[in-house]
Formats: sequence, C-alpha cells, structure tokens
Amino acid sequence: MKPIGQITSTVVAVMDDNIDTDQLVPKQAIKDTTRKNYGDVLFSNRRYLEDGRLNPEFVLNDFKHEGAQILITGHNFGYGSSWEHAVWALRDYGFQAVIAKNFNDIFYMNCINNGVLPVKLADEQCDQLASLPADQPVTIDLPQQTVTFAGQTAQFEINAFWKDRLVKGIDDIEATETFDNAIKKFEQRRVEE
Amino acid sequence: MTQTMFDKLWQRHVVAGDDGEPQLLYIDLQLLHEVTSPQAFEGLRENHRKVHSPERTFATLDHNVPTEDIFNVKDAISRKQIETLRANTKEFGIRFADVGSDEQGIVHVIGPELGLTQPGMTIVCGDSHTATHGAFGSIGFGIGTSEVEHVLATQTIWQTKPKTMGVHVHGKLPHGVYAKDIILGLIAREGVAFGTGYAIEYYGDTIEALSMEERMSICNMTIEGGAKYGSIRPDQTTFDYVRGRKYAPKNMDAAIADWQTLYTDSEDDFDRVIDFDVTTLAPIVSWGTNPGMAVPVDHPFPEIQNDDDKKAYNYIGLKPGQTAEQIPIEFAFFGSCTNGRLSDLKVAANVLKGHHIAPGVTALVVPGSRSVKNAAEKLGLDQIFKDAGCDWREPGCSACLGMNPDQVPAGVHCASTTNRNFEGRQGVGARTHLASPAMVAYAAINGHFVDIRKVAD
Ligand code: SF4
Repeated sequence: MKPIGQITSTVVAVMDDNIDTDQLVPKQAIKDTTRKNYGDVLFSNRRYLEDGRLNPEFVLNDFKHEGAQILITGHNFGYGSSWEHAVWALRDYGFQAVIAKNFNDIFYMNCINNGVLPVKLADEQCDQLASLPADQPVTIDLPQQTVTFAGQTAQFEINAFWKDRLVKGIDDIEATETFDNAIKKFEQRRVEE
Repeated sequence: MTQTMFDKLWQRHVVAGDDGEPQLLYIDLQLLHEVTSPQAFEGLRENHRKVHSPERTFATLDHNVPTEDIFNVKDAISRKQIETLRANTKEFGIRFADVGSDEQGIVHVIGPELGLTQPGMTIVCGDSHTATHGAFGSIGFGIGTSEVEHVLATQTIWQTKPKTMGVHVHGKLPHGVYAKDIILGLIAREGVAFGTGYAIEYYGDTIEALSMEERMSICNMTIEGGAKYGSIRPDQTTFDYVRGRKYAPKNMDAAIADWQTLYTDSEDDFDRVIDFDVTTLAPIVSWGTNPGMAVPVDHPFPEIQNDDDKKAYNYIGLKPGQTAEQIPIEFAFFGSCTNGRLSDLKVAANVLKGHHIAPGVTALVVPGSRSVKNAAEKLGLDQIFKDAGCDWREPGCSACLGMNPDQVPAGVHCASTTNRNFEGRQGVGARTHLASPAMVAYAAINGHFVDIRKVAD
C-alpha cells in the first residue's frame, strides 16, 4: 500500500446521508473476480443515464470537479454490505480520502485496508467543505491529523495504530506474520484447555 | 470486575495487543461465499501464501446461483464467480458445499444448520449479515475482502473493540406480531445508525421465549441498525438446537458448562442500554428505501422531513399519509438469511393454505438451504405453496439482492421477507417493502398489506 502523508486536492461533495454500498457500486460490478478497474462503476446508478450516457445532473460529472481527490459526504457513509468493491471503486475513481459526518463500521475498516483515508469531521465542517468553490484546494495532513481549508484548520481523530499503518503503507498480512509465534501459542493453549 | 458476554468472548480471543488499541483476535470459523472471496484467494496466490487453517474454513454458493435450475448458470460472469470458488476451495483444501450438495445454501443459514456455528466462537464472513451467528452467543461479524484474505492467511484479524449496548426486549408478543417486527420496529424507532460503534446484546423475557430461528432473524438485521455485532446469550434453546448437528462439539456437556460462564454479569456492564417493550408492538412494514423508513401497518407514512425522505418517496412511488394497505403489491418474496428458514416457510404456508395469491401477483418461495428445502418438502409445504400459485425454488439468496436471475421488475412493489429495501436492491427500480413472512403471505393473497392482527387465526 502507498504511504499517506499529505493530500492536497479540490473536493467534490455528495451530501446525502446513508449512502449505502448498493449506491456506491452496482451488483453487476461486484460479480467480477479481480480487484482492479472499478472506477467507472462508482455511483453508476446516478452517474449514468439509462442509455449509458453521463448524467449531466450528477455532481461527479461536472467538469469543474474533475480531478478532485477528496469526497465530502454526510452521515452513515458506506452503510449496508461489507462489499469492499465500494472502496475499490472510490480508490480507482481517484479518491484518496473521504471526509464524512460519520462512517459505517465495516466500511471504515475497508477504507483503512485499502489506503483510502476516512476522515470524520463535525457536521458543520462537512457542510462548510461541501460549499467551497470548486477550485479551492483542501489539505489533509495525516501525520498531523488536520484538515486545512478556507483559512481554518480542523483536527480529526484516527486510532494511532491504523494511522501508523497508513502513514507507513504497511502490508497488513506481512505485519501480522510477525505475530506467528503468538498465534501458535494461542492455538496450543486452546488445545490444552 | 464484572463484564458483558461480548467482553468475555473478546478477551478469550485476543492473541496480541493492548486494551483500548486494535487487538489481534483469533478467528474460530470463517465462512466463505463466491462474491467476496475471489480477490482474497488471488491475493494469497500472488504472495505465495497458504490458508492457515482450512479446517476452520467452510465455503458455500449462494448469491449467484439461479434458483430455477441451480445447475444451469446461464450468466457467464456468475458462472465465473462460482467456478472460481470451486477451484479455489479445491486448491487450498477448504470444505465446500457445491450446488446439489445437501449442505449448500445461504451462508448464514447453513452455518448454524451444520453446527459449525457454536456459542463462544468468533465467526467472520465477507458479508455484513454475519451478525446472524451472534444469536448463538458468539462474536459474528462481517468483514471486507482484504480482511477475508488476512483471516485466510493468519486465522486472525485486527479489530478495535466496540462499545457494548444492551437492548432489553420485554413483554409478550401480541398475536400476529413476530421476531421480524421486533427488529424492524427497533430500527424504525432508533434509526439506521443507532448501533454504529457498538456490539449489541439482546436480552429479556421476550428474547428468551424465542426459538433459535427467530433469534437469528433479529441478530441478522442488527447490521441494518448500524451495528456490526448482534448477540443473544446461549441458553437451553441454543444448546438443544446445536446438539446432534454434524459439526457440533463431541462433548456437549463440557461445552455447555463452558458456554454458561460467558453470560453478561450485570446490565450495568453495558455502555448503553435501551428498552424495547413489545406488548403494544404492531406488524411493521417499510415504506421507504432504508429499513428505518418503516411504520406499524395501521399508521400513515410520515411527512417529508428532509431530502432523504423526498428521494425515498420519489423512488418508491408512494405519498405521506398513505398506509401499507394502499401499497399495490405485485410481487411477493419469501426467503433470505433473515426469513428463509423452515419455521418462516411454515408460517407462510400456514397462511397460504387453501388460498390463492391475488391475480397479477408473482410469488417466489426460496428456501434458505437445501436442508430447509428437503425438510419443507417432507412436510408437504412445497405443495401448499404451489397450490397457492407460488413458485417453489432451489436454495440461494435469490431476489434478496437481485444479482442472479431472480429480480423484481422496475416499478413493481414487492412484499419481501428480506432485510434491505435500498434503491435497486431487488432489481433496478424495484420497490421493496420489508415485513414478516406472515405479513408477506397475506399481502400476496390480497394484493396489498393487511393488518394481520385482525385476520390471522
Ligand atoms: S440472503 Fe440476502 S442478505 Fe442474506 S447473504 Fe444472501 S444476499 Fe446477503
């Protein structure tokens, strides 16, 4: 995984609450057996019209927001299924971070595991971010745990353990393999009991 | 120090890590299905890793299987996912319930049925409804595919311990009101995110009186309230259910003695407690596009309070002030990991016996597993459903998620025993209304929901 330090980018906002995984990726897309190329299906029910053309009404299709790497959203983001495809779609589309009023628990972990930074901020701050001019950049500093926008700096929480992983870009399984002995001992103790 | 059941279970499984930090938890059982596992196996292969404990892993096919002719998967992408799981389980030496096998079915139905699911365990699956298994007094939770891979490779997972919430459910369930109504009613009252950050334990006299199948329906939908974990302490009902099943512990008495040490010591141990009195609970029907958008059958749909409501009404084609009786039902679906078990089919069959579904209504009955199907046929339920005009199908997820050929057409209102009424969940444009199996059966007969407290015998 790529280490995350600072992310500076313009933002795009989809402010609905309870955006569920079914909205983030359609069922057809989760039938794939690979981990790649989910960018085109992100929000597909809203991004495309019935005939397959881009829906000009949907904010992601607004050229003013092209290249935005930070998504701003509402409450309970990522609600629903455990489908990691939802995060792959965000990542492949180009989002490096999601700033939400709050996240669904399973979805939050899926973000961490894929190096898409989940940032929870207060409602007012999210609403402010959502109303920024399209060309105004925002900076997220993971080591400092701050979001800087429109002349102000907001602090966000992230568990130190997850933060360390993201900052260093650690491969999860490799890291856990160093606990091999502890796992073996645990299993042994189980058998004896 | 006194503790909740969840704390005790958690503590037992910690391999490494300090309290208050993410900890490495040992996983007793991982269940797999075809949708969320291919990339995990791919990851193992790319990194030359093996499956740590194939004997703690069990795979089945459910999401993609066609229920009309289960052996004939016409959709090429579905077929590929199915074949990929078949090949992966073979390559890595994992037990696999293939189509046609007596053990095949929806992952959350077969785990308990086979006795794989047991009290005291940690159980994961790349599926959010893994909360179902908590009904046995275990820690069951849904995980993403990266985590599936992590558990396959190490039999452990890093998790932050959630806070705990006790949901005290008490009182006698009124006539015509079911376990499904408890969980739908709770989510309707508390919202779809009340459980975020919590592990929930349901307890109280109402819960104690429920069968295992009813308890599973409740824990299953815990995720719809935002909580990853829902559990119920194991008691005689649990032990009687587990005893004698294929993978049940050999020494049940010793196991039971151990499980009984896992109980929550005191209500005060929960970080939060909420109270749910069922004595006046009514059958619940969802009107909108998340399970919290639901009302008692005799209540009008709420006024529009925000954009979410507006969007939901738009999609579903209903108006504030209408009632469930006014929803024109053209489709009925019986099945899923919420209500696709034998007792659910019995309830539905009991209602449908001697009746016919309304003209213009299509009804699918999809048993949750092969063993549910076999048991139902032995009781002659299949004939009752067919005589009533329903389609009797092969086991799978079917129209719960519309990923296989079973889908609800656009614009059609479906009375459904499932767990999610998201936009497009049962098919593009499909309009889902969640309710109990009895409610769905009456809706199929009448072409609209009815207050079954007034008609049911
Ligand atoms: S029945 Fe529905 S909710 Fe349950 S596992 Fe299958 S798709 Fe998921």
